[in-house]
Amino acid sequence: MIAFIIQRLLQSVLVMLTVALIAFALFNYIGDPISNMVGQDTTQADRERLRQELGLNDSFVVQFARFAGRAVQGNFGLSYQQARPVGQIILEKMPATLELSFTAAFIALILGVPMGIYAGLHRNSWASQAMLAVSLIGVSLPTFLIGILLILVFAVELGWLPSFGRGTVVHLGWWTTGFLTAEGWRAIILPAITLALFQMTLIMRLVRAEMIEVLRTDYIKFARARGLTNRAVNFGHALKNTLVPVITITGLQLGSIIAFAVITETVFQWPGMGLMFIQAVTFADIPVMAAYLVLVGLFFVIINLVVDLLYYAVDPRLRVEREVAANG
Amino acid sequence: MAEITVPDTVSSIAVPRRRWRRFADSDLWWSFRRSPVTVAAALVAFVIIGAALLAPLIAPHDPYDLASLSLLDATDPPAWLQDGNWSYPLGTDNQGRDVLSTILYGTRLSLLVGCAAVLLSLILGVTLGLVAGWRGGFADTLIMRIADVQLSFPAILIALLIDGVARSVLPREVQAQITLYVLIAAIALSYWVHFARTVRGSTMVERNKEYIQAARVIGVHPARIAIGHLLPNVIGPVLVIATINLATAILTEATLSFLGVGLPPTEPSLGTLIRVGNDFLLSGDWWISIFPGIVLALLILSVNLLGDWLRDAFNPKLR
Repeated sequence: MIAFIIQRLLQSVLVMLTVALIAFALFNYIGDPISNMVGQDTTQADRERLRQELGLNDSFVVQFARFAGRAVQGNFGLSYQQARPVGQIILEKMPATLELSFTAAFIALILGVPMGIYAGLHRNSWASQAMLAVSLIGVSLPTFLIGILLILVFAVELGWLPSFGRGTVVHLGWWTTGFLTAEGWRAIILPAITLALFQMTLIMRLVRAEMIEVLRTDYIKFARARGLTNRAVNFGHALKNTLVPVITITGLQLGSIIAFAVITETVFQWPGMGLMFIQAVTFADIPVMAAYLVLVGLFFVIINLVVDLLYYAVDPRLRVEREVAANG
Repeated sequence: MAEITVPDTVSSIAVPRRRWRRFADSDLWWSFRRSPVTVAAALVAFVIIGAALLAPLIAPHDPYDLASLSLLDATDPPAWLQDGNWSYPLGTDNQGRDVLSTILYGTRLSLLVGCAAVLLSLILGVTLGLVAGWRGGFADTLIMRIADVQLSFPAILIALLIDGVARSVLPREVQAQITLYVLIAAIALSYWVHFARTVRGSTMVERNKEYIQAARVIGVHPARIAIGHLLPNVIGPVLVIATINLATAILTEATLSFLGVGLPPTEPSLGTLIRVGNDFLLSGDWWISIFPGIVLALLILSVNLLGDWLRDAFNPKLR
């Protein structure tokens, strides 16, 4: 068990180092950092001195170590576009993205799991056929198109909900939240549904497939032979065993929710990290891009790690297999 | 299969006919006919792709011809609505371009980028997969570790990143001309992993089979074994992945263009059209973005359905 954890941790560190290396390469070798800082009329000698002061003449390893050390402290330099520390900008934008992502994940789970269970238990009912058909459309419709359609119906035609922004936010220390005002709640509905829809269809299909698979197994037949009620069989025996893969996939999906937030935030002009990243790409704002890359990489690595460890803890079969493999 | 020798007595017309019979009797055709959804998807895809290819012939206007545009015709609604005009069946956009024509030309571009990106990622992925599976050792470790790291990020972020880097490296004058190629490369580089992993897996299985060993023993050059003998036997699943990836590539192109880092409004793809139309949504001019959106959704849905069918048809477990 400990060997497994150490192995996984090492792997995560390796991935993070790779990501940091790419970010560093972006940061240092694309364009000339000096010409981004000084004016046109700076002399060559001044440029050279600045180069020396900033340590740009040091060896690759030293520079990378310095970059990594600063990155750990959240220091990614100044944004070319806004001339403010990148760390500060990200800290301002992060709450918006995290609130949106977690709301979307919550919606996807709370609707996707029950729908999947229903569709798995009543395979041939018209309701589950309808759910499957809708989920196919949900997978095929691009996220931004769903957002546009929702805006058209609920913001333009009906005028019920706002089409952009976060509404009024309340400051709690450095964190800003939209959950404390009615306006904030109204503003999050459309973007959260847009972001949740794809994940919801995915979870629904997964739960359905797992349910059908598990219901075929011998221990379910045996449970029925023992005369257990449908309720006990379906929820006590079947559901419990479908949840392991669901936990894994949902955990991994949380990462892609943060990535897909880029699209949703652009459609709804939601002031989060995704919108910031798109603006950075359009303006070639390398420090912001590098910082976003490292941060998203960190999110992904942490999520992957937690999911792996959770999986290991939840499913006893994995442990046995590993021990057998190790001894054999 | 390809080695069928045709006797001299058989006339040249008989060959295609016989091939056609073989195809008509095959499982593939049978499973195709049996599924009405697949037939419908194939029809929709055929109509959209056909219309896109014939765009210069059937489009009522030329959206690239700036001289024919008039701002007086800007944001006309579709023909069947009030103020509509039958010379612009689906209305006009903010520059007075006919929406139907821009959709036809836009679909062409979307398909071009999608197909080119899939082809490029296929070549890249199959080559790297073959090298990794055939050579093993260090090359294998290196390629697969890169694949692992890349797979732990969503492809759309990687495509965005490549696009952003290209923007900052290339000078501005060049950028406008090569946006199309940058876009294709960005999408291709973010999707090669699926091909590489599949090919590597089947290569490692095939590598130890007798026909490969026989080829080795008689001294065929390793590169020739890999390309001439191994490749035909590992390419099947690759084609299925390519179909499914085509839908994803079209979707990625549309998303990048929608986000404003894809094709420019002067040469719009479906994604760019939706982005342009999105600015006019709040003023009620819904047709500029909704019609391209419907075409995009139909195209992706039908290609997805065809990919699903192909995957099931090639999977003997499901027969």
